[in-house]
Amino acid sequence: MSDFGILSCGVYLPRRRLDRSAIYAANRWFAPGLKGLARGHRAIANWDEDAVTMAVEAARACLDGCDRAAVEGLTLASVTHPFADRSNAGIVKEALNLSDGIAALDAGGSMRAATSALRDALEGSRTRLCIGSNLRKARPASEAELIQGDGAAAILIGRGTPIARLVASHSVTVDFVDHFRASGEIFDYQWESRWVREEGHLAILADTVQALLAEARVAAGDIDHVVLPIAPGGTIKAIARKLGLKDGAVVDTLSAEIGDTGVGHSLLLLASALERAAPGERILVAGFGQGADVLLFEATEAIADHRPARPIAACVQDGVVDDNYMRFLFHRGLIGLERGIRAELDQKQPGTTLYRKRTAVLGLVGSRCTVTGTVQFPPSGISVDPNGRNQGTQEDYPLADRTARIVSYTADALGHSPDPPTYYGTLDFDGGGRLVTEFAEVGPDDVEVGRAMRMVFRVKAEDEHRHFTKYFWKAVPLNEGGA
Amino acid sequence: MARGIKDRVAIVGMGCSRFGERWNDDAETLMVEAFDECIADAGIDVSRIDAAWLGVGFEAQNIGPSGIPLATALRLPDIGVTKVENYCATGTDSFRGAVYAVASGAADIALAMGVEKLKDTGYGGLPARSRGLNFDMYGVTGSAPGNFAQIAAPYRAKHGVSRDDLKRAMAHVSVKSHANGAKNPKAHLRKAIDIETVLNAPMIAEPLGLFDCCGVSDGAACAIVTTPEIARELGRADPVLVKSIQLVTSNGWELQHGGGWDGTYFHTTRKAAARAYAEAGVTDPREEIDLLEVHDCFSITELVTMEDLFISKEGQAWKDILDGFYDADGHTPCQIDGGLKCFGHPIGASGLRMIYENYLQLQGRAGERQRADGPKLALSHNLGGAPIQNVSAITIVGLEGA
Repeated sequence: MSDFGILSCGVYLPRRRLDRSAIYAANRWFAPGLKGLARGHRAIANWDEDAVTMAVEAARACLDGCDRAAVEGLTLASVTHPFADRSNAGIVKEALNLSDGIAALDAGGSMRAATSALRDALEGSRTRLCIGSNLRKARPASEAELIQGDGAAAILIGRGTPIARLVASHSVTVDFVDHFRASGEIFDYQWESRWVREEGHLAILADTVQALLAEARVAAGDIDHVVLPIAPGGTIKAIARKLGLKDGAVVDTLSAEIGDTGVGHSLLLLASALERAAPGERILVAGFGQGADVLLFEATEAIADHRPARPIAACVQDGVVDDNYMRFLFHRGLIGLERGIRAELDQKQPGTTLYRKRTAVLGLVGSRCTVTGTVQFPPSGISVDPNGRNQGTQEDYPLADRTARIVSYTADALGHSPDPPTYYGTLDFDGGGRLVTEFAEVGPDDVEVGRAMRMVFRVKAEDEHRHFTKYFWKAVPLNEGGA
Repeated sequence: MARGIKDRVAIVGMGCSRFGERWNDDAETLMVEAFDECIADAGIDVSRIDAAWLGVGFEAQNIGPSGIPLATALRLPDIGVTKVENYCATGTDSFRGAVYAVASGAADIALAMGVEKLKDTGYGGLPARSRGLNFDMYGVTGSAPGNFAQIAAPYRAKHGVSRDDLKRAMAHVSVKSHANGAKNPKAHLRKAIDIETVLNAPMIAEPLGLFDCCGVSDGAACAIVTTPEIARELGRADPVLVKSIQLVTSNGWELQHGGGWDGTYFHTTRKAAARAYAEAGVTDPREEIDLLEVHDCFSITELVTMEDLFISKEGQAWKDILDGFYDADGHTPCQIDGGLKCFGHPIGASGLRMIYENYLQLQGRAGERQRADGPKLALSHNLGGAPIQNVSAITIVGLEGA
């Protein structure tokens, strides 16, 4: 049997879950028809998260326990890449502290960008990390605002001990414009959902699945797990009927508590299927957007040992219900709150300094003195260790995956923050090293001297004049996110 | 350790502007106001000043770079003027420059000026600014209260002090300084407050409430220093002498060395204090130092500084504070002029303002707030930065023989 296939998977779901009834309550006067969607919650990225940061977290989960040196390529699929011309995948590569000697590609342009990236990787021969990540943006009072969710998923394809192998794949490309968004625009333009269902999902998508099954000589009823990244539950049932899928085969779309995470949703649900698949079971994954990609996998014996560090169920459960719709609108830039003069601090980022310090800033790589063993961040020519003067003795020492403990902290209500108060403080890493940084996803009960934290990759600041996003690492409570 | 400069430099003139929201003044007029008092006090002509130092903390937000603004404002007589910036310790560092010039013999008479014009920023508190291109990529640009508030939690944890006890001791610091500031005609805040007001104030940076924080002010302060011999020629029979100046700058140990500094004290202040006492020949600071002016940017800063100056025992300052040890009528008054808290905090001027108060007190010229028991030796402590990375400057001044 081939040793090439899916080696690992990982997902990331933002912690805040916006109560859909809060969205509806604010918009009911204008759009009473949204009532039917005003149930459950949707995942919302925090102000300091975007498609890149969520991709990094999904990739870290995916690469947990894997040899990062084996990764030869990385694709970041999204339709909300923060940068139009700067490799977003390249930022992810730096954050993951992967080798410089890898390929990196941003894939986009369609909701099926991630399944297309996955297919390309599976049809290649190198070990490649495929990530789908989206920060969804929808107009207030739109159906999309209620249906969508934010999140990311990563699948590692390559040579090793696969947990699933590709059996067959089939793609169709037709310019079916169910929705679109022109370059530089913020919001999608959506065509009538009944047409999308009849001519899109039930025709193009279902036909592509049938074509694949015919090619692979597999009966629809013999598929154990079917990933259909489609939001309306009624459409999924109709497809299942049309194709003759067996009961319970369709993987739960997480629509109740997370929402449709867009480009990455197929990978997210594939990760879900992989968590539940038994050896020999078949998994079918579809991606839809100006045609369709359909991929058929078979789980290997190794799937029995597949135990993700952060299973999807735990990620779903670790959410915190949020009914602050105003904050959500502000964080998405949909309303402009008065931020005061303090917020005017220029965040200009010189390209030269970021390039020089990229491993420290983007990768959280500190250093360790080879003479004294002292760990420090950031690295420096002369060691910080007061016991002896050692110069030029430091080697790279990645800190991102190390647990850290709070030495001091505060909740700062004075400095400008999109989500006041700003929690920050000093952390000591287990094994050495100290960092002063912001804390994310914390409240008054989450911070105390000695409390264990873990590091996450986040937006540090936006240069609003030149439109450059600055990233750095922040600390979240160790147990947040199921780790 | 170096021999030091004890008794080699005398202060012959000092001036201090009124501190506050000086809407109709700029840095230039504030400097002139302080200098007019100072030069009259010294009783010399401007032409006798050989060199000058100008301290400004936020030059980009007010007067701009170089020593030129001082030379121009005072029309100094074609002498060298050096601009000094060392965070909030700038004022003392300016003084240090002038004192060292005299101590070295390079200048007979030197001027130290500190000034800050902060009320042109459009908001309260210190201006947000870059801390350098590298820091801006991975550092936290927190507010000053946010940075200093972080002393509280580790201090509580290490010394087993309850939240309430610490908060009450911090509140006592502010109540005391408000009572003192009320007696100071040049002070920014002149209203006495009660402890309930402090405890119930809005939170700025946990656990610092509004009254745990000093405000920021406009103001200027300056000193003219010379040799003791020239001071006597100028008619100073018992001049105020510089006993020691020590300044210690963090080298990154607190910030970067995991498991080292525990967040409960100011490493630089302890180092500077030990050296300052050695230079001044002080062996029992709790008994020998008569007056304290410390950098009470926040109540918690003053509290732990009492320990870092070796006046209170480690972990015990909060008790001394609640016992009234540092009150104006206590054993060793701290901030008898109202401190940063109430006299005000024009960054570049603050270190010189502290020395100004000690200078007045040692000469019995402090008016309504004069300490009655004839203080002989007074310490000022001027701190810039944040607990985890800072500049700490200590100046001890005293009368002859002290």
